Amino acid sequence: MSGLRRVKRTGQILEEGIPSTGRPALRRGFFWRQFRRNQLAVCGGAVVLVMTVAALLASVLAPYDPGAYDVTQILMPPGPAHWLGTDQIGRDVLSRMLYGARISMAVGFVSVGIAVVVGTLFGTVAAYYGGRVDEVLMRFVDLMLNFPRLFLLLTLIALLRPSIWVIMAVIGLTGWMGLARLVRGEILSLKEREFVLSARALGARDPRIMFRHILPNALVPVLVSATLGVAGAILAESGLSFLGLGVQPPTPSWGNILIEGKANIEIAWWLSVFPGLAILLTVLAYNLLGEGLRDALDPRLRQ
Amino acid sequence: MLAYLIRRLFISIPLLLGILCLSFLMLKLAPGEPTIIQQDLQARATGAQRETLRQLYGLDQPLHVQFGRWLWRVVRLDFGRSYMPDGRPVLDKITERIPITLGLNLLELLIIFFVAVPLGILSATRQYSAFDKSMTLFVFVGFATPDFWLALLMMILFGVQLGWLPMSGLRSLNFEYLDVWAQAWDVLSHLILPVLVASFGGLAYLSRLMRGSLLEVIRQDYIRTARAKGLPEGEVIYKHAVRNAVIPVVTLLGLMLPGLLGGSVFIETVFAIPGMGQLFVQSAFSRDEPVLMALVVIGASLSLLGNILADVSYGLVDPRIRVSGREAR
Repeated sequence: MSGLRRVKRTGQILEEGIPSTGRPALRRGFFWRQFRRNQLAVCGGAVVLVMTVAALLASVLAPYDPGAYDVTQILMPPGPAHWLGTDQIGRDVLSRMLYGARISMAVGFVSVGIAVVVGTLFGTVAAYYGGRVDEVLMRFVDLMLNFPRLFLLLTLIALLRPSIWVIMAVIGLTGWMGLARLVRGEILSLKEREFVLSARALGARDPRIMFRHILPNALVPVLVSATLGVAGAILAESGLSFLGLGVQPPTPSWGNILIEGKANIEIAWWLSVFPGLAILLTVLAYNLLGEGLRDALDPRLRQ
Repeated sequence: MLAYLIRRLFISIPLLLGILCLSFLMLKLAPGEPTIIQQDLQARATGAQRETLRQLYGLDQPLHVQFGRWLWRVVRLDFGRSYMPDGRPVLDKITERIPITLGLNLLELLIIFFVAVPLGILSATRQYSAFDKSMTLFVFVGFATPDFWLALLMMILFGVQLGWLPMSGLRSLNFEYLDVWAQAWDVLSHLILPVLVASFGGLAYLSRLMRGSLLEVIRQDYIRTARAKGLPEGEVIYKHAVRNAVIPVVTLLGLMLPGLLGGSVFIETVFAIPGMGQLFVQSAFSRDEPVLMALVVIGASLSLLGNILADVSYGLVDPRIRVSGREAR
């Protein structure tokens, strides 16, 4: 055990010793300096942080119970009592949006988590074993890529009855193909390095070499694309909810508040404007954060 | 090149078959059967009648037989009849919607092209100016804006507040009674909002592409030559640079064409436009298997075709990308 550890460390030193091909060392100070220079990315990170905290503390921050209706306060415009107004049965929009943030964040993280696990597994195994395995796995990726994604999403959800778990699973399982290709490309070049050879010479078996030695070196692009993926997943969830195939009422989500916005479009603009603004801000923030991370962590990919 | 094209087409066939097979399985293995909906509407249906119904649709056969029969019919362009109460041939249902979706999307492409290209040129020639920076921000916002929300905003502004434009459908109720010019304006005014909203995302993306492409071209030697021989800057940009820079943009627009037939599910749903996207959502909700499968056939073949076209056209536009004689990926 300890022997292997030492070799792994040697491997990393070796890697740093080759400046032309090696990835720049992930020193925290270096990363921060690079990242802070990008003001947009810092803003994005701040918004992500605020949204996450708001979602976590929704039960504390929400002025009202998100499900509590008050028939004397139907479709009230934004005002001191209800900052973002009320909906058609008198529920507080701000409170519902805070709880909706939970749904968005949960769907974003879990579905991207699924996509990362599946995509990384496919990419790593395909690249590491190569040959026939690679051929079969990548053909399957091609197949999934040419599958009209919206067809998969809508049909699966319509057939399986929408619930938040189905939505997370379906968004995740239809969004891993890009990651698989990305990881495959990274691993293809990594697996020829000396530290892999040295690990193998010491008798490490395939799974250990793949997941303990090679994969950690390919995590930076995965992290970047996962951050961008969260944005995509939040957009997808809100779209599905808007079509009525996502999170089902009475559970509030940004997408299904917009359904009420559409139904009351003639009289209640606030039901449409605010939830969409929340989606826009969150997606924008994750995209900016993702781009910033890429610029700071991986200068090769800089535009 | 021709050999390459043919080989790519042959490689695509197993992929297409795989997609069709998977979607067929997905529809069949999901809990319940399409006939159940019809039975629920007919509470008095007896067991024997249900069995007759299943036999009518061939649902009593094993899955591989069902798939084989379906595939054989599709090869002859027979997509069967819709499970909806109207029971119309699927092909009719689809072909009557194609012109609507296609028209809408062609208009969208035109707008994207004629707005995105000038915007891209302006931000490239004024790189890092205030205009360029605000364009960059606009691009990020464009990527993050859900189109169905933008549609709602536009409806509130132009439909509700200003009352200038109609908010749904393709025609007014009194369409029949209008004279020709009023009819033309009626259709046009119904199209303005959907087309504007639909072009927003593409506009952001393509103006970015145009900017990048032009910046790359401007750096090249022949542009320096043009400047060195004393041509005015406007002539250098618009006569020499833009012509080459616009090629990738046109290519990309061309490649978007096949995908457009699928229609925009969200735009068509929000604005109640009877196009392909709306048909798809309705069929998914009511589990209209023949229509859904027909839409998968169309969607997947167009997507595969688009990929092939992309690879071929990149080779044509940029001779540096050689289409290799062997397996090209």
